[in-house]
Amino acid sequence: MGNMATQTQFHVLAVDDSLIDRKLIERLLKTSSYQVTAVDSGSKALEFLGLNGENEDEERNSSVESVSAADEDHQVGVNLIITDYCMPGMTGYDLLRKIKQSSSFKDIPVVIMSSENIPSRINRCLEDGAEEFFLKPVKLSDVNKLRPHLMKGITTKNEMQSNTNKRKGSEEIQSPDRTRPRYNELEVV
Amino acid sequence: MMSLHDNRRWKPRLLECEIPASNPKSLQISKPKKVNLRPHFLLLKFAFLPGFKYPVAKTGLPLWMLGLDADRLRADLNRLLAFLFHQGILDEQYLQLQQLQDESSPNFVSEVVNIYFHESEKLLRNLRSLLMDREFSDYDKMGIHLNQFIGSSSSIGAKRVRNVCVAFRAASDQNNRAGYSIYMHALYFLYGCLRALELLEHEYCILKNKLHELFQIEQQRLLAAGVRYPMLN
Repeated sequence: MGNMATQTQFHVLAVDDSLIDRKLIERLLKTSSYQVTAVDSGSKALEFLGLNGENEDEERNSSVESVSAADEDHQVGVNLIITDYCMPGMTGYDLLRKIKQSSSFKDIPVVIMSSENIPSRINRCLEDGAEEFFLKPVKLSDVNKLRPHLMKGITTKNEMQSNTNKRKGSEEIQSPDRTRPRYNELEVV
Repeated sequence: MMSLHDNRRWKPRLLECEIPASNPKSLQISKPKKVNLRPHFLLLKFAFLPGFKYPVAKTGLPLWMLGLDADRLRADLNRLLAFLFHQGILDEQYLQLQQLQDESSPNFVSEVVNIYFHESEKLLRNLRSLLMDREFSDYDKMGIHLNQFIGSSSSIGAKRVRNVCVAFRAASDQNNRAGYSIYMHALYFLYGCLRALELLEHEYCILKNKLHELFQIEQQRLLAAGVRYPMLN
């Protein structure tokens, strides 16, 4: 349950206040075989992730596991966040900052979309941790650029997992060996 | 010439109906439109499908002629699309929408376009009521509406509507900055905004009528290509 090996689809969280753009990005992502959750505001996105803006530990104590997509131990994980820049309340940039400041989610790649081509805005987002910046309307060719960022996330997770496996394996091998040094010590002594 | 105190709205020739889904399963044509719909043998079958209300008539038209109709309609469709592109009413983004429509999402374009119609008409109403208010001063709100309209129009490829919107926004920003304080100037500016709104409504009307036409031809084409329908499961 929730094992990386059984998770065949990437899960993308899309954030946009415009219904049309949400439909569009949802369709673009589904066409590329991603699982999509679309929300209409930054605060709803944080809610979905389990960051209530207060205590991050709250997600562990929270019993509402079906709604939030917390860490890898839960069934639903988010592999990428794609967000509109101009939104009422929390902008895409504010959301980016919040994600990058959170210890649990700072490794999730974030992509920003905007209808306005403002280089200073684009640079600021990229400097503050956004992986990509797409100009709207977003096309299929843009969505294809997401794959390497998602694959990178998988490789990191696989490396972490295989490291833990390696450790376990070597421990098992070492424990029968451990008796030998003791035996040797006894002998020496 | 429209005066500011004229409360009669210039009623654009908006069609009230929504764009019906191109998927024949949910087709609900209550009455045939002015476009020539020739009934075919095969359509008798569909009269018994649930939710399908097509005025079926007996016909002596042989099945082999269905293919010809489908081809003719496809040609009509392409001609209309070419016209719309040439006039700048639609741009490549519309093609992107079409590309995203497939068997898993057979009504994608009509769904998105219907949402666009609802949202646009709401925005146009809001803009009009803002400008009709004699104490109008909330240019920011107008700017927000225009931004939304620009965004949604560019997302579906409605190029001309988008461009008129951008010009409207630029003009209102500039005038806003100039800070009209004299009553006469303010009135003139408001009048100018109303004219801009009229132009916007006009362009939107053209777009809506053309998109309706497009979807109608597409529907007929699907009907004519009847043998290739996926049967209801």
